[in-house]
Amino acid sequence: MMVKPKDNEYKQYVSKLGILNINMKLYTMLIALIAIWAIFSIATDGNFITPRNISNLLRQATSTGILAIGMVFVIIAGQIDLSVGSLLGLTGGIAAILNVWYHVNGIVSILVALAIGVIIGLWNGWWVAYRNVPAFIVTLAGMLVFRGILIGISKGYTIAPLSSDFQFIGQAYLTQNSGYLLGIIAAFLIVYLVLNSRKTKAKYNLDIPPLGIDILKMTFLIILVGLFVFILNLYQGVPLSVLILLILALIFSYISSKTVFGRRVYAIGGNVEAAKLSGIDVKKITLILFAINGLLAAFAGILLTSTLNAASVSAGQNAELDAIAASVIGGASLSGGVGTVFGAVIGALVMASIDNGMSMLNSPPFWQFVVKGLILLIAVWIDVVSKNK
Amino acid sequence: MSEYILEMRNITKDFAGVKALDNVSLKVKKGEIHALCGENGAGKSTLMKILSGVYPYGTYSGEIFYNGEKLILHSIKDAERKGIAIIYQELALIKELSVKENIFIGNEPNKNGIVDFDQMYIETKKILQQFNLDINPNTLVKNLGVGQQQLVEIAKALSKNANLLILDEPTSSLTESDVEILLNILKHLKQNGVTCIYISHKLNEVMEIADTVTVIRDGKTIGSDDVKNLTQEKIINMMVGRELSQLYPREEHSIGKEIFEVRNFNVFDIKVPNRRIVKNVSFSLREGEILGIAGLIGAGRTELVSSIFGSYPGKYSGEIYLEGKKIIIKNPNDALKHGIAMVPEDRKRLGLISLMSVKENMTISNIEKYKSILGTINENEELLDVKDYVKKLSIKTPRLNLPVKNLSGGNQQKVVLAKNLLRKPKILILDEPTRGIDVGAKYEIYKLMFSLVQEGISIIMISSELPEILGISDRIIVMHEGEKKGEFENKNVTQEMIMQCAIGGKE
Repeated sequence: MMVKPKDNEYKQYVSKLGILNINMKLYTMLIALIAIWAIFSIATDGNFITPRNISNLLRQATSTGILAIGMVFVIIAGQIDLSVGSLLGLTGGIAAILNVWYHVNGIVSILVALAIGVIIGLWNGWWVAYRNVPAFIVTLAGMLVFRGILIGISKGYTIAPLSSDFQFIGQAYLTQNSGYLLGIIAAFLIVYLVLNSRKTKAKYNLDIPPLGIDILKMTFLIILVGLFVFILNLYQGVPLSVLILLILALIFSYISSKTVFGRRVYAIGGNVEAAKLSGIDVKKITLILFAINGLLAAFAGILLTSTLNAASVSAGQNAELDAIAASVIGGASLSGGVGTVFGAVIGALVMASIDNGMSMLNSPPFWQFVVKGLILLIAVWIDVVSKNK
Repeated sequence: MSEYILEMRNITKDFAGVKALDNVSLKVKKGEIHALCGENGAGKSTLMKILSGVYPYGTYSGEIFYNGEKLILHSIKDAERKGIAIIYQELALIKELSVKENIFIGNEPNKNGIVDFDQMYIETKKILQQFNLDINPNTLVKNLGVGQQQLVEIAKALSKNANLLILDEPTSSLTESDVEILLNILKHLKQNGVTCIYISHKLNEVMEIADTVTVIRDGKTIGSDDVKNLTQEKIINMMVGRELSQLYPREEHSIGKEIFEVRNFNVFDIKVPNRRIVKNVSFSLREGEILGIAGLIGAGRTELVSSIFGSYPGKYSGEIYLEGKKIIIKNPNDALKHGIAMVPEDRKRLGLISLMSVKENMTISNIEKYKSILGTINENEELLDVKDYVKKLSIKTPRLNLPVKNLSGGNQQKVVLAKNLLRKPKILILDEPTRGIDVGAKYEIYKLMFSLVQEGISIIMISSELPEILGISDRIIVMHEGEKKGEFENKNVTQEMIMQCAIGGKE
């Protein structure tokens, strides 16, 4: 009988503080993003917040967003990848060359490009994990090498136009009805997942969060989904490229927070020595991480190429820096062990919003660099200050 | 003016409520070599850190008189200015710089901010000649042997006109011939009027060079006497002479047949790959047995067990048999798969992932067990196990997803234990399992160890605390400078016998 209250205490702590704590960082970032949007909306007399611009903004964020998803994994593990910008350009270029010069079917070109992304990621990872060359150096070398290869194989030409199936992936929109259908499916999925989690918790005789909180959570998410579909449908519908970003974000967020692999990545970044002693194969996981990053860089490359309907030698220049900045703004720490996929995606949205908003204000492009740089600096400074408290 | 160059009176220092020094007094005569002896953790190093300004004035109570005046130090620099220099166990030289640069670091001869390397070279040459050291001042420190590095360090200290030199275990990593050179230099320095405090548990060295010996135990001064009036046995008695208290909740357990055996283990230094730090060690372990490994710091115990566990980064060789079958362990994962788990010595650096939660730390080693479709962690199963072990080990944490760094040392250690127990090991290696944790938590960990052996788990425990070794182990092996010097069934064994063995004496 004495044990009972103690047990309940644990349950309370786990459920209440746990959920709030993890999401605290995410909430502050969301608020920061909303604040940025509000400022631009006022400054542009509401032009910033029109459905058309939101649709454009989201599309602008896709390639940085996808890069950031991979980058945040690498950063969580305590590594860095400077080669993804060049890799984005190279994989996009290869897909375009196959498609335009050799008339290879769009889908096949894309699959080849994705495979090459993985192989190059493995190359990076092999040097880092099995040859013990610091990731900074390996990927700095990669940044030069991959860009060089791209210039070589494209002979410096811009490669266009793509076949229609290739263009489709970056330029298509879901029809209004399929957008709503997707929204409804997502809503049902949310309800199912929450209820299912309650059921299994009950089965294990574990504490179940209060129904009120779960209902609140579900309502919030469903409204978010509804708003997303509704606003985008006011323009041309949900862009396929944005949908791809969302799906990738969901998949990799799941991997990072719910799988054995994800847990190990955090462990390696948190303390690589302790991770080794816990029986984790650090080398193998590092290799896989870089491969994933290569795959995502290829995704970003294909989307960018498809959206622009062209591949050029300069595609993706400095994109690795945007991805790193997005991850860090999204709460990742370059010393490893900390970060979230959704944080990184929000970070990418922050970056895209600044680009988009400032060009709407017709401010000269140099200001975008200055402001993005300062925001990165301040975001990390706030993080440092809050940690020291 | 008294004959004493240094008097430390009633020095008391505590760390977070734990008294490291309790009214310690130390009197050192001018021009003598004064040996400071005591077990690991007795408080020798803490006392010397106070004397050298590492713990500044105000962080301890008591008074220090130096050359007759009260000594108030705010920093290491202060101490250096007063002529007090300390040479640590771990060398404080910068390996990538040359000898001359190391000797003058922080103190470079310069003209308008531009370093005068020629003058540096000449000065260094002079200093080295004083010691009859035939080293080129331009040699990089990393290219010197450990012994020569030690001598360079002493030269560095003396170049700052030190007249009180503190040496903290200077010979622990030296070869016989280097020890000889060092001792000769110390004798030579003594003739030149340098006073020296010599910390060592190598009693033969102490007997050879010291004039006076002070013994510290459990943060208290036990005694101080002329070396003429002392023998090694007397010093050992003073070092360990304490009653075994009721701290050890010994419980009866049956010991089964031999389950684990280690044959001819040799381990080599990471930095000096031809130096053996474990020499041909073999031992066996029986089912449900607690095997204690005693020895002094630097005896090679940690290197031995981490090699067995597959986590030693340097070279090693040897054979391991589990239940009669030879097994090969290349990395910790192999060891864990064979049912061998290890709680490492350095909890913060090797045991915990400080940013991760209590829960995640506990299951990280065993995470495969909760793997379901698509590699997803079954968090409910995980949580059940975690709660089970939190209760079993009575880990005190406000919530399970609290970052583990926020727990107390004892509870952190229990988390590391739980992590290893969740793997359901047959052999559990504990390296200094109770270091830095309070008495209450120690007691609980001992209790746990006994309940584990009652379940048939076999335990290897390294401990530097002799009472713990004697209070817990069924059998004890003692290591000295990489060799297994003795093996005792824990019946009628005394601390003196083990200490004798640990310092390299006869059984």
